[in-house]
Amino acid sequence: MSGSHYDVAIIGAGMSGLAAGIRLAHFGQKVCIFERHNASGGLNSFYSFAGRKYDVGLHAMTNFVAPGVKGTPLGKLLRQLRIEREEFALRPQKQSRIAFRDCGLRFTNDFAVLEAEVVAHFPAQADGWRSLVQAVRIHDDVSLDARPESARAVVARHLTDPLLTDMIFCPLMYYGSAQERDMEFGQFVIMFKALFLEGFARPLDGVRVILRVLLEKYRQAGGERRMKCGVARISEREGRAARLTLDSGEEITATHVISSIGFAETMRLCDPPQTEAADRNTGALSYAETITIYDRAPVTWGWGDDTIVFFNDSDRFDYSRAQGQVDLRSGVICLPNNFDYGDERLPEGIFRVTCLANYDLWARLPEEVYQADKQRWFADITQGARRFLPAVDATVLAAAQVATDMFTPRTIRKFTGHLNGAIYGAPRKVRDGRTHLKNLYLCGTDQGFLGIVGAMLSGISMANYHVLQGSVRG
Amino acid sequence: MTKDDCKKLVIDIISDIAPDEDLTAIKSEIRLRDQLQLDSMDFLDIVMELRKRHGIEVPEADYGQLASLESCADYLTPKFQAKA
Repeated sequence: MSGSHYDVAIIGAGMSGLAAGIRLAHFGQKVCIFERHNASGGLNSFYSFAGRKYDVGLHAMTNFVAPGVKGTPLGKLLRQLRIEREEFALRPQKQSRIAFRDCGLRFTNDFAVLEAEVVAHFPAQADGWRSLVQAVRIHDDVSLDARPESARAVVARHLTDPLLTDMIFCPLMYYGSAQERDMEFGQFVIMFKALFLEGFARPLDGVRVILRVLLEKYRQAGGERRMKCGVARISEREGRAARLTLDSGEEITATHVISSIGFAETMRLCDPPQTEAADRNTGALSYAETITIYDRAPVTWGWGDDTIVFFNDSDRFDYSRAQGQVDLRSGVICLPNNFDYGDERLPEGIFRVTCLANYDLWARLPEEVYQADKQRWFADITQGARRFLPAVDATVLAAAQVATDMFTPRTIRKFTGHLNGAIYGAPRKVRDGRTHLKNLYLCGTDQGFLGIVGAMLSGISMANYHVLQGSVRG
Repeated sequence: MTKDDCKKLVIDIISDIAPDEDLTAIKSEIRLRDQLQLDSMDFLDIVMELRKRHGIEVPEADYGQLASLESCADYLTPKFQAKA
């Protein structure tokens, strides 16, 4: 029972899979994206609940640069996907903060602000800071064959103050590190540029705007998309992915297969399965996130300046698998109202908090305990985060609250398929996307370009490198 | 197909690939890379678009021929003429 044949089959309709699909379809490849869920977007998606629209994943799009700034990932992405800048309707952040117990650093989309803050708070580190920034600027972060190096080791050659070091690592790790306590230096550079040298922005209507643009481009280019249609098995023959079996049992074939579902997850689909390789490189870091909807904008309570706040109050910032269900010592606050929307505004106030959480402890709970624990941790997480915002009486906030939602590591596992609910996938990335099978490649999270701009560039790069360049070569 | 027609077709392609570049004052003899912000991804796209729109194949070994508008025209015009 042999079904359709495609030039390229893409597994997963997240940002990277869609971007790869657009490139390939644009250049005449017969492409199909297979997505297990009925919604696209993967880790960065959206949903409606009780008449309200929620975003998941995306706090802010990183890598934002003003129109006219060239040679950055955002510009490359727009060009490669033939998207006009205005289509994403990005609105810049107001300001963000790194808030530690005894020190705060403000940053905006103007890098000079962070530089001035670092020099003002850590005058003895000023030279080291400048040399670190220089090292970041000259690093070739898109090289597909760079030698991995510890970011902690590289940064230690420039910065000697542990507080400043932790403060710089905190946002970069929260927004992209799949590795505990350290990052690969190339990943550090990607994130440093994405957050600090470039910046944050968001469309007024959130991630759905970006997804809508991608879906429309893909459709126009002639790409095919099959929803609620996951890939259950990749059958190997003579070192190649010879056949894909879908959840329905249908079989299809493809000259090339690009998987965006993660390294370990892809290895486990292979027949024969690559269980050992998968087990050696499975992520362990997961998150919980609370979303609180208020009937008024956070500016009402003096929360009107901060877009994103990265907080920590332990002696050393500890980015590692949570020991308890949730690690309340550090986290990220996102106030989507506080992007600069000009004359427009969001209809309600939104307050999101993200903390590290432990997959196993959440996964094994029986359903009724799970629901009760969500309630309990919701209160603890939001209360913990409010330490880093101007104080407001809890009864005032409760009176303004109109809805809440929360996701846990279990939710991430369910909707992204990531083993362990590992938000950023495997700790060791596969930069060139190659696997043990000649025509099977990875893109997205486990290829290692981070953030949603990174995810899209990952899909683009892998499509270019493995399929389009080869087709030109003939 | 004259060399000028050919240059125009190449400029059409570049304007779609890099709509954020000002192409009004491109100098024919100067390398495109030195006048515009074009990276290797963009050059791959020029090659791919030539194939998609005009059925012209540019083998990888000949990418160097696309350095400037003038060299593009020298290299591509005979290919276009052979098609016509």
